[in-house]
Amino acid sequence: MLDKSFIGKTYPRFVFEVEKGRILQFADAIRDPNPIYRDTAVARAAGYRAIPAPPTFGYVAVMDHDQSFGLLRDLKVAILRVLHGEQWFTYQRPIYAGDLLTGETKVLDIYDKKGGALDFIVSETSLSNQTGERVCDMRTVIVVRN
Amino acid sequence: MPSLPSFATIAIGDKLPGLTKPAIDRVQLALYAGASGDHNDIHLDDERAKAGGLPGVIAHGMLSMAFLGELVASWVPITAIRSLGGRFAAITRPGDVIACVGVVAAKSTFEGENRIEVDLTAESVTGEKTIVGKAFIAIP
Repeated sequence: MLDKSFIGKTYPRFVFEVEKGRILQFADAIRDPNPIYRDTAVARAAGYRAIPAPPTFGYVAVMDHDQSFGLLRDLKVAILRVLHGEQWFTYQRPIYAGDLLTGETKVLDIYDKKGGALDFIVSETSLSNQTGERVCDMRTVIVVRN
Repeated sequence: MPSLPSFATIAIGDKLPGLTKPAIDRVQLALYAGASGDHNDIHLDDERAKAGGLPGVIAHGMLSMAFLGELVASWVPITAIRSLGGRFAAITRPGDVIACVGVVAAKSTFEGENRIEVDLTAESVTGEKTIVGKAFIAIP
């Protein structure tokens, strides 16, 4: 049984700088050949103000800033026993290379199923850019196999 | 930027151009671990994965979700994507070939904007669904 007093907890804000090289590294890793992730001129010609990040890139900020594993450690969950259950992105605007994003993570829910055989941890990280505009909200469901 | 399909002509049941990715291998898992910041041992180390009760290393679920992102962003501009996500329904292992499928499920108007709802699935060659997801896309 996980400590449900964490429900509603908000973690300190963090700042994530979107480096062009990280977007390239991400596109290479997922083997997406789209040139908009690689060449500023191509991205601009396609109508973007800079190199855009691929749709699921925002989750890099979550992992880099230990927002997921940090919460699991706080809940005394063994990282080897977790699976990603669900992930949902809601977008207000794209992430671009050069953005300085501010993120904040909140714990939304903790519950169990199958008589405690599985625990579920629901959290949401919201990102805003350097002009204070909201960029995206990322809702994560982590499943713990007890 | 891909040009947007038209809201008037798009029909429920229309399929997005499909995307079948090269087989996932361990090098890709290492590259994705570095690129994504997710260094969990279950994606990189067989012995540690087995200690966690798994059959061996498994692929990051977010790697396959990135494939779904590629599917959608190859069809419409990134600026048109209002939401994207899904439930991870089965584990993916090195050697698996993932096919991404998108089917228009509904058309609606939300806050004055025409939107389509697309059912997204990532599935292995055996037909097993690994992600059951959805995207909402703004279409003029």
